[in-house]
Amino acid sequence: MKEWFERGEGADALKASLEEDVREPEPRDIPALAVESGVFDTQDEYYDTLHEATVEGARRRVEDAVDVAERDVINAVRTLETLNEQINELDERVRDWEEETERVPVAEVNEACDALEEARDETRGFIEERAPELAPNMSNLAGSVLTARLIALAGGLDKLARMPSSTVQVLGAEDALFAHLRGNAPSPKHGVIYVHPYVRGTQKEERGSAARAVAGKLTIAARVDRYAGDLRPELADELDEKIERIRGRGQE
Amino acid sequence: MSGINWVDIDGERYPATEGKRVRDERVVDGKRVWHPRRSKASALLVKGVDIPLEDARVLYLGAGAGTTPSYFADVARAVYAVEFAPSPVSRLVDVAETRDRLFPFFADAREPSKYASVVEGVDILYQDVATRGQADVALKNADFVRDGGHAYVVVKARSEDVTAEPEDKYEEVAKALEEEYDVEDVVDLSPFYDDHAVVVARRQR
Repeated sequence: MKEWFERGEGADALKASLEEDVREPEPRDIPALAVESGVFDTQDEYYDTLHEATVEGARRRVEDAVDVAERDVINAVRTLETLNEQINELDERVRDWEEETERVPVAEVNEACDALEEARDETRGFIEERAPELAPNMSNLAGSVLTARLIALAGGLDKLARMPSSTVQVLGAEDALFAHLRGNAPSPKHGVIYVHPYVRGTQKEERGSAARAVAGKLTIAARVDRYAGDLRPELADELDEKIERIRGRGQE
Repeated sequence: MSGINWVDIDGERYPATEGKRVRDERVVDGKRVWHPRRSKASALLVKGVDIPLEDARVLYLGAGAGTTPSYFADVARAVYAVEFAPSPVSRLVDVAETRDRLFPFFADAREPSKYASVVEGVDILYQDVATRGQADVALKNADFVRDGGHAYVVVKARSEDVTAEPEDKYEEVAKALEEEYDVEDVVDLSPFYDDHAVVVARRQR
């Protein structure tokens, strides 16, 4: 088997070797081999090339992996939304029919509904597994499904991380936002973040503040997820405190 | 000793190395301080276990965002840093850019045959992976370790079984490692880390 540095130049050679070469671990003296082969004059020169190739290679590979993971999560949450709509629609239609007639052939339709519900649970399970890998802090603050919906609406974590929190706050309320901009409606106070218990569960007068607080913290979480990647539980604690204060205001 | 210096801060001794600053770590007398609550390798050193890093070739499994690997790279000859979670790899690569002899790999430590074409024989295997089957990872990578080389395997009791006693878990991992290594010590990392220990072992053929 050729050594990786005999396969070509730098990062491309390394990439090819990491993807194609399967070798049992051994305590080999690769820098010495690299010099013996005549490809490098010194071991330092070999290490310099290895450094450049591993840095570039790892950067490229991880970007590809994040792209794939992100597309998976976005596709899954769009599928989940479609499944939910279909299940609700079918369910409603069958009920209406059953009310009108004594004997209707609904057994097959119910079976199809069961299958759709199973598919929905599977899809939700997939999102719950993948979203925390892609966006650990957002998932910790808002749950996997809402996190996935926000990423899908923004068109990716990268775009979400660049948005101001006022935009994140109304993601999913585009119709209402455009009506407002045309002058026909009040400005929307929340988009899909409405489903967050901290927004939905806050008394109506303070709901706008709650939505702003949730959106603000989620925006920070998206940036940490995009640019740092480590889980910071204090973000959730800070949001807890903020919501407590907002809800307390209504009681005064 | 092992290329690592010691500095005194408020009467406590901390390991420190010379090198370009990576994050917000403390710098004393021009040396980067390894804080024992922020690096398990530092906790291990503070507890009196030597890691002979000077001029060593190191395979680092579970490199995370690269903080401890960057310390290692201050004194080692070469550090091969393997990490499989995408987010920390981005930061690991940023750190590796500042260190000529820190080589980042976005790879799964459970599949060493995929990076064996690039990783050379090493003097030190340092492993800090938080997945199940921690002993298994160290066994699969044992053949990279040169005869007489050292292995330091961080065992996180919680990632294996939440109901078992941590000590039982450490012993179980140590016992499993005997298949490929001679276990020399099991070092509890408290008070710096709860439910963590390092199994110190040596490769003998």
